[in-house]
Amino acid sequence: MPDLAISAAHEHEPNFGDYVALLKPRVMSLVVFTALVGLLVAPAALHAVEAIAAMLFIALGAGAAGALNMWYDADIDSVMRRTMKRPVPSGRVAQDEALAIGVGLSGLSVVMLGLATNMLAAFLLAVTISFYVVVYTMWLKRRTPQNIVIGGAAGAFPPMIGWAAATGSISLEACLMFALIFMWTPPHFWALALFMRSDYEDAGVPMLTVTHGRPAARRHIMAYTLLLVPVSLWLALGPIGGPVSLAAAVVLNLMFVRGAVQICRRDEAVAQGDGYAAEKAFFRASLFYLFLHFGAFLADAVLRQVS
Amino acid sequence: MSGIRATHELHARRLSRNLGVAFALALLVAVVFALTVVKVKRGDPLQGFDHVVRPEMEASGS
Repeated sequence: MPDLAISAAHEHEPNFGDYVALLKPRVMSLVVFTALVGLLVAPAALHAVEAIAAMLFIALGAGAAGALNMWYDADIDSVMRRTMKRPVPSGRVAQDEALAIGVGLSGLSVVMLGLATNMLAAFLLAVTISFYVVVYTMWLKRRTPQNIVIGGAAGAFPPMIGWAAATGSISLEACLMFALIFMWTPPHFWALALFMRSDYEDAGVPMLTVTHGRPAARRHIMAYTLLLVPVSLWLALGPIGGPVSLAAAVVLNLMFVRGAVQICRRDEAVAQGDGYAAEKAFFRASLFYLFLHFGAFLADAVLRQVS
Repeated sequence: MSGIRATHELHARRLSRNLGVAFALALLVAVVFALTVVKVKRGDPLQGFDHVVRPEMEASGS
């Protein structure tokens, strides 16, 4: 039965789509967008080819970090409903293969970003990958409920990398863009943890919802959402801001704070009753929040160019 | 007797993987080439045949 023998030996051979899934393309798209905005709002211009190459290598670096995260977290990914279909826990890609791809792409992306732009951007990309893999994935994620607060810094670096790629330096505006994503990350992920219910608990990950309880997580979401407001207003009123950014900051913050207040006022009985509708809506709103904020910075940069 | 397929599904997966890797490599080569062209064109005022800096080229801005 040669057909069966082939199937048994090679049923887990991946196709190209499995390798792409290993790189977490949805996370990569957010990373690329924020890095692109950081590059375009910076007060320096790159040649189009250099800019495209920079974006490509930043995306590759983000994908490499994702692959390494999937390599290390294969055990808990196989337990969580949200992640059990990923390439490594589902057996489509071997764990060793994920490690090799992650390490290889990390090295390639950092070296090529350095050659395409400058050493500072390459260094920041290397720091981002190291922070996400070593500090967040391997160290904090399984040890502390503050995992997402500190580990969120990894997702905050991309606009700073884009800025550094264009200018060869860091500035207050780059640090504020970092701060915006840094403060946004905890409420985004804690809202997810609220409606993913027992997923993190089953995997033994010390999310705030598990270690301090859901009411505490709701209060923390409120606190971090309020802390976001001055950061986004500071950016909107600063050199990379403008009328569009200011309008976006006011509207988005009002919307986001309203969502956080709703979450804070609810209890588990009410939330379970409506299938965590407010928490899911807040999570979706958080994606729009970040996307529209950075889109507004881009719009103001275009307006400045035109005028 | 069930239908006979020309190739096993395994080969389709391998083809997909090989084509994807080939495309990625071709893209990398194209990006590196394009970057090289941009950087060399914007490079120091030297002439290609001996890689020696020529001050007169710097003065003329070429």
